[in-house]
Amino acid sequence: MLHTINKSPFESNTLETCIRFLQPGDPLLFIEDGVYAVQAGNKFSDLVNSTLQNNPVYALQPDLEARGISSTTEGVKSVDYEGFVELVEEHQVNSWL
Amino acid sequence: MEDVKKIMHVMRRAPHGSIYTYEGLEMILIMAAYEQDLSVAFIGDGVYALKKDQDTEGIGIKGFAKTFMALDMYDVEKLYVDKESLEERGLAEDDLLVDVEVLTSEEIGKLMNEQDVVVPH
Amino acid sequence: MRLSTPSCFYITRTIVSTVNIGILLKEGPYNHQASDTAFKFAEAAIKKGHKVDAVFLYNDGVTNVTKHMDPPQDDRDIAKRWNELGEKHGVGVLACIAASKRRGISDDVIIEKGEITGLGTLTDIAIRNDRLVTFGD
Repeated sequence: MLHTINKSPFESNTLETCIRFLQPGDPLLFIEDGVYAVQAGNKFSDLVNSTLQNNPVYALQPDLEARGISSTTEGVKSVDYEGFVELVEEHQVNSWL
Repeated sequence: MEDVKKIMHVMRRAPHGSIYTYEGLEMILIMAAYEQDLSVAFIGDGVYALKKDQDTEGIGIKGFAKTFMALDMYDVEKLYVDKESLEERGLAEDDLLVDVEVLTSEEIGKLMNEQDVVVPH
Repeated sequence: MRLSTPSCFYITRTIVSTVNIGILLKEGPYNHQASDTAFKFAEAAIKKGHKVDAVFLYNDGVTNVTKHMDPPQDDRDIAKRWNELGEKHGVGVLACIAASKRRGISDDVIIEKGEITGLGTLTDIAIRNDRLVTFGD
C-alpha cells in the first residue's frame, strides 16, 4: 500500500499517525505541503530516517522545487508525477488527508 | 463473487467542525447497498464521531450520531477504532455510541494493507 | 487493431499493463493544491498509457466544475482544464449530486463535460477500476 501525506508535519500530526499504521515495506510519498517533512536537517529528520529503515520514502520533486527545498534527508528519493504514477501502478493507495 | 472489493473508509476528523465526517457517512450508506466488503476505521479525532451524548441542536447543525447507530442495519458491521487514539483522548469503549472493535494501530495497519480501496474522510 | 504477437512476448519485455484508475477529488479549486495535484497526476497517468476512468468530485470538490470561473489571465483555469481532460481523453468529470445540491451546483452552472451523478457511480468507479486515488486537504 502506497501512503501519501500532504500536510506539513509542523502543522499536523498526520505524519506521526500514518507511521503508526505503516507496514514494513510500504512506500511513503510526501506531496504538497507534506514535503516539508523531508527538508534536510529539520526536526523530523530523525523520524524520516527511522522510517527509512523499513520503508522506502519518496517526495514529489515539483512540490520540493515549488517550496525551495533543494536538500532532502538522505535516502529520500524524489519522483516527478510520472514517478507518482509508477508507484500507483505497483500499489493501492492510502491518502492520509 | 470475485467482484467483491474490500473498501475501507477512514474517519480521521472530528465531527461538526467540518463536513467530512457527515458526508463520509453519506458515502458509506450508499456504498453499503452495493454488497462490497465495507469497513470503517476511526483514527485520531475520527473517534469523536462516535462519542455518546452529542447534542448539536445549539450549533444548528444536523447531528448524525443516530445514523452511526443505524450502520448495523445497513450491514456495515466492521467498525474499527484505534486504541491509542481512544486512550489519548481519555475515552474508553463505553463512551462510544456503537459496538466497535478496538484494535491496535498494528492490527488496523494490517487490515488497511488488505484493502482494494481506502477512502479517507 | 488486433496484435498478432503472442502475449508472452509482452510479458518477457515486462511492459506494464494498463492500469485503470479512478480519482476522487474532495476539495475545491484554488483554496488547496489538491485539484492541481489531481490534475497533474491524471495527466501523467494518461501520458503513461493508463486509463483514467473518471474524476469524481465530492465535498467542496464539486465546485471544480463551475463554468463561470474567470481567473486572471496568468492563472490556470481549473474548470476549463477538467473540461479539456474530459474532451480529449474521455475522462468522466463527475460531481456528486448530494454534495452539489448542498452547494448550489446544478446542470445549469457546470462545464460542458461535467456531469452530476450519484454516489452509486463512485461505488461503481471504485469497483471497476484497479485503483482509486484520493486527493483533498
